[in-house]
Amino acid sequence: MTDNIETRHEPNYLEYRGKHGGILGWLTTTDHKRIGLLYFYSMMTFFLAGVVMGLLMKYELISPGEQIMGPQTYNGLFTLHGLTMIFLFVIPGVAAVFGNFFLPILIGAKDVSFPRLNLMSWYLYIIGAIVVLISQFMGDGPPDTGWTFYAPYSLKTNTNVVAAVTGAFILGFSSILTGLNFIVTMHRLRAPGMGWLRMPLFGWALYGTGWIQLLATPVVGITFLMVIAERVLGIGFFDPAIGGDPILYQHLFWIYSHPAVYIMILPAMGAITEIIPTFARKTIFGYTAIVISSMAIAFVGYFVWGHHMFTSGMSSTSRWVFSLLTFLVAIPSAIKVFNWTATLYKGSINIQTPFLWSIAFIFVFMIGGFSGLVVGSLATDIHVHDTAFVVAHFHYIVFGGTGFAFFGALHYWYPKMFARVYNFKIANIGLLIFFIGFNLLYFPMFYLGMLGMPRRYYDYLPMFHSANTLSTIGSWIMAAGLLVIIINLARARRGKGKEVDDPWDGKTLEWQIASPPPVENFEQIPVVEHGPYEY
Amino acid sequence: MYSGASNFVTTTDTAFAVIIGISMVFLIGITATMLWFVYRYNRKRNPVATQIHGSNTLEVIWTVIPTILVLVMFFYGWKGYAPMRNAPDDAMKIRATARMWSWLFEYENGIKTDTLYVPVNKAVSLDLISVDVIHSLYIPAFRVKEDMVPGKTNKMWFVGQKEGAYELFCTEYCGLSHSYMFTEVVVMSEDEFAAWYAEKSDTTGRAAAAAVPGTLGKELVRQNGCVACHSLDGSKLIGPTFKGLYGSQHKVMTGNQEREITVDDEYIVRAIYEPDADVAAGYIKGQMISYRKELTEQDVNEIIEFLKTLK
Repeated sequence: MTDNIETRHEPNYLEYRGKHGGILGWLTTTDHKRIGLLYFYSMMTFFLAGVVMGLLMKYELISPGEQIMGPQTYNGLFTLHGLTMIFLFVIPGVAAVFGNFFLPILIGAKDVSFPRLNLMSWYLYIIGAIVVLISQFMGDGPPDTGWTFYAPYSLKTNTNVVAAVTGAFILGFSSILTGLNFIVTMHRLRAPGMGWLRMPLFGWALYGTGWIQLLATPVVGITFLMVIAERVLGIGFFDPAIGGDPILYQHLFWIYSHPAVYIMILPAMGAITEIIPTFARKTIFGYTAIVISSMAIAFVGYFVWGHHMFTSGMSSTSRWVFSLLTFLVAIPSAIKVFNWTATLYKGSINIQTPFLWSIAFIFVFMIGGFSGLVVGSLATDIHVHDTAFVVAHFHYIVFGGTGFAFFGALHYWYPKMFARVYNFKIANIGLLIFFIGFNLLYFPMFYLGMLGMPRRYYDYLPMFHSANTLSTIGSWIMAAGLLVIIINLARARRGKGKEVDDPWDGKTLEWQIASPPPVENFEQIPVVEHGPYEY
Repeated sequence: MYSGASNFVTTTDTAFAVIIGISMVFLIGITATMLWFVYRYNRKRNPVATQIHGSNTLEVIWTVIPTILVLVMFFYGWKGYAPMRNAPDDAMKIRATARMWSWLFEYENGIKTDTLYVPVNKAVSLDLISVDVIHSLYIPAFRVKEDMVPGKTNKMWFVGQKEGAYELFCTEYCGLSHSYMFTEVVVMSEDEFAAWYAEKSDTTGRAAAAAVPGTLGKELVRQNGCVACHSLDGSKLIGPTFKGLYGSQHKVMTGNQEREITVDDEYIVRAIYEPDADVAAGYIKGQMISYRKELTEQDVNEIIEFLKTLK
């Protein structure tokens, strides 16, 4: 350790003092690591707020009838829960926090290509979040449309839809600019010797994600502008009463919002792909296959949006074409799962917290993926479409997938970011409680959906009672696990954790520099002579 | 549970069985393999890892086999679904109308009900209409669902194969009372249905009913779904209760001004035709659409007669 400190020629990114110190030093920073942490703290705040909303909703659903709120409050709450979790947590998600912090380091660069644009993306994110927040308190009350803003309901409700949609529009730009920044960074700033096929797979995942952000997000931006124009100026895009077409809205919305699922899940898969080789002490199985599958997901993901509309009245031909394409997009995800599993074969597995998160991730992600086959198939989707089954499915994918990967990545890179380790035992207990609670919370919803309980239901018939109660109990267990995890990490941050440089002995470039990383990452840009996972 | 309630149950449930069955094999297989590897190749048992970069043979195998399997799944899904799109020509036609937050079913002889009555073993074809926002008609026991989109007529058909009453839900979120927008499908024996159909269309019976004040109004209130938001027993729902409403004093908001009015004929006509003109104090504006198209002045008079009976 002492050797290390002596050879350090510059301060690390946490203690660095530039033109401004203190909080201003953070708010004006263009350092990708600090921006990563800005995203981290703001996203965790929104995430926890979203969790509280979810807990309130689950509590309301513990029994039939009114428990703690009326239907208007509930409808506003599930809208805000969706907006917060989707736009403020999982879409920026793993990419904004760990992509910002680690992508430049992983490819041997000192920063992203456009550091100022990177800071601006964070500001757009915050402004967007504030506008969404304003929609709750100004105008005629919180929006009650669901995060999907389906027309014509979103055009008819008196609530403050315009502000919420404007917020989402601004957030879109944050996403587009981050994607652009990452794409250019990977094209221009890879270290000498790092050919495309020597790039760590997290980079490849972010590369695929970047293109989706860049190409798909503008579609939803324009759609949101059309909603605003229709509400404010009365131009008939979507409301049939003034000559519009509500199905057009659904097409435009899902042309973005389905690929958006891959914006959420690809970086998560990328992070898992970094964690597994480190703990298996083994090179990744099928590097090229994983690269191809990432790009295939990004590409095929554009052509499956119609599966959200199997009951909308779309033509029979489009229904079966979209169903077929949907089944094909399942293949690259399956290939990833097979390769992760194969990587464990003949490894020398170091069972640590981040590895356990990865295994848990693969399990819940598989349940999410398999239930996706049920909703991708025509006859079965007709039955479970817009029921609790779909809610369970996307929580398994988005929360089980992205959420588990987010916490896995956090536990993996935490010692690198802060040069401290958390208590492993408590971390594992937290994960176990969280895992049990998660499954108890969402699995009963599959059953409820098969039974026929529609989604976005404030109240329900007695036939749905027991499974809903079980789900509510699951939500408490999950929240308890989450609390254990967060307190454990926060304690380590406040100096209770042991100081370490590299607890896992990773092989990718971030583990070759000091912890916390120096301001400019590398004193000398490294020359890369082999693939990323050579053990 | 509802095995065989409609002609689509078997094919749909077969698709469920195929997809979930294959998925379970993979879920359990992969999880078990993973756990076995974690146990067999952990650091203690296997101190040195063997570096394996991949295998093209394996990649091809686990690309091709899942592709074949998902195509099988697609096939079963499509096979179960394709017949749902083609109603037989001799199907009985019913027009289903959804509005926030009630259902109306109109039969070819002019009967209007808020519950769907159908004869057993007879193909029934529904024209799906919405007058305001998107709704979705869902009968879980029958495995059928289709959105009701304003400005567009979607279609659905089925054969009820077992007598009984089954839930019918709205599954597309449609605002405040979405979760209360449900009714029932009642599948009746042929004779029962024929009797019901004849009785309901019997005009002499209707004329007799009209002689009792309020009877027709009560029917209109039920058909148009008024009671979804206005209770008849004094409880507070989305709108003020109908009980004791007629002739009472009420505070209303006209624009931003609060004023006191007496609920008389003129007020009720305005409340039905221009619901946002005067909004009862303490209730949310914009929850009700105008019923100018649905209710004639004669209809409104019948409703007023009915309200007078609710003391």
